[in-house]
Amino acid sequence: MKKDLTREICELIRITSTDLPEPVEKRLRSALSREVPGSAAYEALRTILENVDLARKNSIPVCQDTGVPVFYVRFPLTMNMVDIEKQIRDAVALATRESYLRPNAVDPLTGTNSGNNLGNAYFPSIHYQQMESDELTIDLILKGGGCENVGFQYSLPDERFKAGRDLEGVRKAALDAVFQAQGQGCSPGFLGVAIGGDRETSYAASKEAFLRDLNDQNPDLHLRMLEAQITNEANQLGIGPMGFGGKSTILETKINAIHRLPACYFVTVSYMCWAFRRRRMRVAGDVVYYE
Amino acid sequence: MQIELHTPITDEEVLQLQVGDTVILTGIIVTGRDAAHRWLYKNFCDPSGDPSTEDQKCFEELKSYLHQGVIYHCGPVVSGVDVRQYHFLAAGPTTSIRQEPYQADIMRLFDLKGVIGKGGMGKTTLEYCQKSPAVYFHAIGGAAVLIARSVKEVLGVYKLEWGVPEAMWVIRVEQLPVIVTMDAHGTSLHEQIAETSKKALDHLIGRNA
Repeated sequence: MKKDLTREICELIRITSTDLPEPVEKRLRSALSREVPGSAAYEALRTILENVDLARKNSIPVCQDTGVPVFYVRFPLTMNMVDIEKQIRDAVALATRESYLRPNAVDPLTGTNSGNNLGNAYFPSIHYQQMESDELTIDLILKGGGCENVGFQYSLPDERFKAGRDLEGVRKAALDAVFQAQGQGCSPGFLGVAIGGDRETSYAASKEAFLRDLNDQNPDLHLRMLEAQITNEANQLGIGPMGFGGKSTILETKINAIHRLPACYFVTVSYMCWAFRRRRMRVAGDVVYYE
Repeated sequence: MQIELHTPITDEEVLQLQVGDTVILTGIIVTGRDAAHRWLYKNFCDPSGDPSTEDQKCFEELKSYLHQGVIYHCGPVVSGVDVRQYHFLAAGPTTSIRQEPYQADIMRLFDLKGVIGKGGMGKTTLEYCQKSPAVYFHAIGGAAVLIARSVKEVLGVYKLEWGVPEAMWVIRVEQLPVIVTMDAHGTSLHEQIAETSKKALDHLIGRNA
């Protein structure tokens, strides 16, 4: 395997930021076909699709808010974390210099923007898992601040909407989250829902739900049905693209169930905007694949 | 209806706008988001504000662009920052509601006729829009490349020390498409959608059923 992958990781960032994955674009096209031509919802989706095309053709970020870069690294036994981390951080600074990322790392005390997207150990965000494999896999998600602000965590039971500690309670919490978000998370969006965990792992698992293949099927029958039901009912809220009103508010729901504590029943809802930027690179031997 | 407007905007032009109208905007506008609103409020709205000479000078210059003008809630991606050859690459709107505590005062400060953003704003801003008159324009969130293409020139930048996203960029736009979602007649599309979606939610979760 190549020793220094900084350039290749920068390319992963470029593709993620500028080239929206095909399954996401397909969902947006199908949403467009459901809206009434000439309506604000239709025009919003048409504009979004035109923008997706322009961004890809000109290699420019789809959205100016390139978020916190979140990396999920699965690395082989023959590699060490220290090297990978350095290469990822170098690649992030390089991609910022090349305008594929907006400088987003702001010191909360002084308000100073670091200018290169490098903050302390939490920025960019990097998750590691060592694997008994010869391949290195890096997934990258770029999630902007607008949709990050409309993520919610519920501790069930929740008296406000009579949500108990069961899947019916999960459904109510997820719908409440979509209602709270209105159009502010740049709808039509995608939901990553975690059931269980502690506060920290529940948030992490809700975001890991975005790593699933958009068209996969949840192996658990109950969760699979609940995912479809939440998507379907969220669209009955009529919030629509950009909150202009319309048929498409949520394009997909993915649920991740993780073990909880006896005393806690968290439901965490992460909201992903329509600009669902996620890409993967695989390094096998000397060959790098982008997916 | 589709209406072409040039900045600065007159009261008559504002009053003819209704929620749902598409406006094609041309002229000079200024970007401003969280840091800008807070700075303007603290120094020039708050009675205890005590701006430095430099801040005062910056404010006077901004006035020349913003009087009866338009502020844009946006933190762009800009190339050429190190060589001061600024070029807007991606420049979609940011969520507006965060400026709700300051917006009406900032609008009064410059006699702003319009605010561009996304997601809409609250009651205080809506009331000010009715009183002034002024409107809220909704740009398409994430349509960053398209919007940046309508930015024909970067005339200057203030407070770049706040970082690229927070700085106040003076830009000349041509044919920027936006939608009126809060008008000067007290109507807000966002209020309407919040109301109808609340009813649908209550029905779906069995509240008040």
